[in-house]
Amino acid sequence: MDRFIYADNAATTRLLPQVLNKMMPYLTEQYGNPSSLYSFGQTARQAVDEARDTVAEYLNCRSDEVFFTSGGSEADNWAIRMAAHAMAKKGKKHIISTAFEHHAVLHTLKALKKQGFEITLLPVYENGIVQIDDLKQAIRPDTALVTVMFANNEIGTIQPISEIGAVCREKGVFFHTDAVQAVGHIPVDFAGLNIDMLSLAAHKFHGPKGVGALIIRKGLRFANLIEGGAQEKGRRAGTENTAGIVGLAEALKLACLDMEKATPPMIAKRDRLISGLLGSVERSRLNGDPIKRLPGNVNISFEGIEGESLLLLLDFKGVCASSGSACTSGSLDPSHVLLSIGLPHAIAHGSLRLSLSQDITDEDIDTLLEVIPPIINRLRDISPLWEKILKNEKYE
Amino acid sequence: MAQFYSDKVMEHFTNPRNVGEIPDADGIGEIGNAKCGDIMKMYIKVKDGLIDDVKFKTYGCGSAIATSSIATEMIMGKTIEEALQLSNKAVVEALDGLPVNKIHCSVLAEQSIKAAIADYYTRQGIDPTPIVGKLADPHQPICEL
Repeated sequence: MDRFIYADNAATTRLLPQVLNKMMPYLTEQYGNPSSLYSFGQTARQAVDEARDTVAEYLNCRSDEVFFTSGGSEADNWAIRMAAHAMAKKGKKHIISTAFEHHAVLHTLKALKKQGFEITLLPVYENGIVQIDDLKQAIRPDTALVTVMFANNEIGTIQPISEIGAVCREKGVFFHTDAVQAVGHIPVDFAGLNIDMLSLAAHKFHGPKGVGALIIRKGLRFANLIEGGAQEKGRRAGTENTAGIVGLAEALKLACLDMEKATPPMIAKRDRLISGLLGSVERSRLNGDPIKRLPGNVNISFEGIEGESLLLLLDFKGVCASSGSACTSGSLDPSHVLLSIGLPHAIAHGSLRLSLSQDITDEDIDTLLEVIPPIINRLRDISPLWEKILKNEKYE
Repeated sequence: MAQFYSDKVMEHFTNPRNVGEIPDADGIGEIGNAKCGDIMKMYIKVKDGLIDDVKFKTYGCGSAIATSSIATEMIMGKTIEEALQLSNKAVVEALDGLPVNKIHCSVLAEQSIKAAIADYYTRQGIDPTPIVGKLADPHQPICEL
């Protein structure tokens, strides 16, 4: 193995040492329960409260709108289920979302569908972006909720959240956004974007795993998620994950303070990687809008090859990446995200996602550009599908 | 280092045996399809009732490449009858196991060899169906075509 290049930051990120340092006291000496009255417990209480204030500051929401959870999936499940059930009591059983949401959203919607809710999934088109007119047309008098992700986890496309928020507010429909891939990477302004509920996960921005938050606009009184205590104002009971919460806030703070400086060089690396790969590998294409995408997201399909074998060969070279191929999804269908933007199955199977972080250097980009094309060629050399493509034979 | 596949699978995936094409093959079999994400193409050369040479090309995941590689090794030099008896189970065993969701790759390997032999018989003017049996794309019904 020559070097180790971690280019799968959309999957998870490295916990920053500064974040761990902030967390350490609460994993060691400061183990008090934040709900305990004595000062030893109140030290932990204070840490949780401060973390809540920090989250509120950087996401432009109120501290009492922040509810810590075990992560993004929990936040998504909670937001959608509680809004759906609350609105169903008022006879509103229609939910609007998109075809390429994370499964935490899509599978929750599927479960609600079985319970009698009606789901409309908006198309996302070839560029992977929702069109606001589609949303306007889809909203009905019985629409309970709109849930649209802030940025897509596979192709990195950034959705028109401000416009969606404005439309929902005007029509009086609740708006939830899964901002798991956006928070810490691009500016997220909860109040300014007319968002009612927002999900985030710490480990996507160099915080710890197992902690996230749901921001719930003040005044929205939906069902509690977990009963059994006064934590999170009784809405999500259970002793707080003090260290995790402290880590989440610290990671968010660092990411947001650094964002303005970190984004342009990240975009430069992303674009160099994209143009380098598209330029050196024939019959390759970028998936998702080239501009309206996360600063660190690269998603390219290479015709004639299958993603899993590409990932295995990259692993030998010390490169961690991911693919939307069926074999990596554990089913025989490729990624629903890639299918939603109209890719044929065979082209979706040959996709590669490289998601960057600040740890990725310019030399790493050089290495990636050096390592990837020969691997594609090697796989194409033994691919009967590539043979068909070269002969212009129909194959799907 | 922890890995998803057995050492044997990784070894065949990294150094696949008998890769390529046989320009004057006596039989060619292709199984699978692009939509489901794997295609195997087997080329055989038959001499005196023996598999004199075999080569493959595979589009697919690591286990698809590894199963086709080891399957070619397992039938090389064998009689046609022996080659027809190669089961997907034997391929899985020879690779020290496959993850459950990859078992269909071993079926692809078995079927592509059978398809090549069927093609060989057809070229000889012999109806292969009674000898080889019915060939099936192992993707169905798990992958809708």
